[in-house]
Amino acid sequence: MLREFKQSLLIALWFVFLTFPLMVVRVNTIENVVVWRWANILWVAIGAFVLSYCWRYMLARRQRQSKKAEEGIDTRGPLQAALDNVQLRNRAMAVLLALAVIFPLVFDTYQTSIMVTALIFVVLGLGLNIGVGLAGLLDLGYVAFFGVGAYTYAILNANFDLGFWIVLPIGGVLGCLFGVVLGFPILRLRGDYLAIVTLGFGMIFKVVMENWETLSRGPSGIANIDRPGLFGLEMTLAQSTVYIYYIMIALVILTIIVTNRLKNSRVGRAWIALREDEIACVAMGIDMARTKLSAYALGAFWAGMVGVLFAAKTTFINPAGFTFMQSAIILSIVVLGGMGSILGVILGAFILVLLPEYLRAFSEYRMLVFGAAMTLMMIFRPQGLISNLRQIYQYKGSKDSTAHDG
Amino acid sequence: MDIEYFLELFFSGLTRGSIYALIALGYTMVYGIIQLINFAHGEIYMIGAFVALIVAGVCTIYGLSGFAILILAAAIAIIYAAAYGYTLEKIAYRPLRGSPRLSPLISAIGMSIFLQNYVLLAQTPDYLPFPRLIPSFAFMDPVAHIIGSAELVILITTLVTMVLLTLLIKKTRVGKAMRATQQDLSMARLVGVNVDRVISLTFVIGSVLAAIGGVLVASYIGQVNFYIGFLAGVKAFTAAVLGGIGSIPGAVLGGLIIGWSESFAAGYFSSDYEDILTFVLLVVILIVRPAGILGKVRKQKV
Repeated sequence: MLREFKQSLLIALWFVFLTFPLMVVRVNTIENVVVWRWANILWVAIGAFVLSYCWRYMLARRQRQSKKAEEGIDTRGPLQAALDNVQLRNRAMAVLLALAVIFPLVFDTYQTSIMVTALIFVVLGLGLNIGVGLAGLLDLGYVAFFGVGAYTYAILNANFDLGFWIVLPIGGVLGCLFGVVLGFPILRLRGDYLAIVTLGFGMIFKVVMENWETLSRGPSGIANIDRPGLFGLEMTLAQSTVYIYYIMIALVILTIIVTNRLKNSRVGRAWIALREDEIACVAMGIDMARTKLSAYALGAFWAGMVGVLFAAKTTFINPAGFTFMQSAIILSIVVLGGMGSILGVILGAFILVLLPEYLRAFSEYRMLVFGAAMTLMMIFRPQGLISNLRQIYQYKGSKDSTAHDG
Repeated sequence: MDIEYFLELFFSGLTRGSIYALIALGYTMVYGIIQLINFAHGEIYMIGAFVALIVAGVCTIYGLSGFAILILAAAIAIIYAAAYGYTLEKIAYRPLRGSPRLSPLISAIGMSIFLQNYVLLAQTPDYLPFPRLIPSFAFMDPVAHIIGSAELVILITTLVTMVLLTLLIKKTRVGKAMRATQQDLSMARLVGVNVDRVISLTFVIGSVLAAIGGVLVASYIGQVNFYIGFLAGVKAFTAAVLGGIGSIPGAVLGGLIIGWSESFAAGYFSSDYEDILTFVLLVVILIVRPAGILGKVRKQKV
């Protein structure tokens, strides 16, 4: 006890030292005044002291769990166990769907609009999940494909007056095409190189859009993009929002069905195998380039589609909307929710988009918390909030079979 | 072709390049030992610059002047960067040893975002003017239009730092332990190298180099912001890959190539696309020669 207390005290002191110049001192170099914020020392010390206890407890817990897992004891919590129950899961999905359908009838335009944003991120998360979660390809420039879709619609709409429904598939295909073209040269690379190159692509997209004025109208962006049409009906903003909401729900359902089917298909298994062990996978005769490329391109496809919808929803886009931070948010949705898990990604998107929206005071700290959460998730719960459910084939004859590979 | 203009670009490229090289060394050393892209390395560099700014600001107000401030600011920045690097490794990377490759990488990205926003919230989102700590030398006046005093100081500092680093790695006992760990981590442990300490030390050394780079850049460019670490980090990482990741001379070579290509491209063409030139270079080099210019092609054994 005393030892732990001492240790925590030392850690608190260390963090006070560490954060001293940045948290306590604030210099105004123009007016030459220093502000000393001594109170912050206290907060840092208390925070570090408490957190160090939590940290040790969590580490010990992690150790116990991995030991239990080695001994074959079921370590799933009650929630996870309930979610792994397919029947229960399907029922929960049906209830959620019903709630989603009546949502815009109950809540006002503002709430519906926020929900649309959350749903956009659900699709983005599911798209990125194909690459990161299933195939293990870390993509840090995913927002570029989203941008490709958005700009496709904006440019085609502004210059050729093409409608939403025509551009929606074009946006998806174009995103996909970009995925293939960009993906082709870099698929030989190992995971961490891939991360940095995709990060580069994300930035290249933004810089090109900022500078290629004739195409994209530069940093000022493209405004007055048409909302989606419905057989030429005139719609008010409120009606249009509800309409977009239902399009989005349909798109989410489509995405869920497609990714779910893909996950258990031949190519989906190839992705997972590739993620687990590249060399073994290639030795088993899987075409690595084609498998990786398909994951990359399919992910890009969804981003392109939803990009079109995003442009139609906001009616204004500019390059500043497609930064690394967006990519980071989408990545944290996947990481937080659970890599490879569809339900997890949906939950992750709702948490990450809706929480900062409803807790305004908290929104300033959003990225700080996301960053910390990414690290903490990796250390304490790498499988995410809801871990991936792998298809289980059970021998019907045995009753007590609780074997579970996950 | 105007030779003076060429020389000016040459030296400004050399200056930039040597700073990229300083940061790239941190990436390359860490990658060499634990095969991790330390995404948060750029943030350590930024924190170094910020701490220096704060110290310099406080010192200026309390009446110190000139060279004393530079030394004091640099020293404190180095201490803090080292402390941050050490803590970062302990918190975010050490618990993840032996987990799948993607985990520490995502953890590193998380830490990078965290540290950026920590500085953003604790200090300011605006650009802060950084005092010009490096004095102008009178003897540099005749050539001042080609190479300034600040550039000279940066070049000399970088050169000295790199010589010291090379000596440390080649001649000392610690350096030997580092090289052993780089070659084979578990074997090094078996023959009695304290691998954990070596890894910590690598992070500390990398952070010190990044802080030196941070202080130099900040007083050269004259402003600091919470976001400067990101781009600098990405460029430096590219430099490390370009030269061959894991190779120390490679990092220096890569840094110089990137510095020059940026400087010449901006000088002779346009600076619009300056920031993405690095990425184009990166993609090309990874396609043509994934191991980098000086890197060894490692066969993967199963």
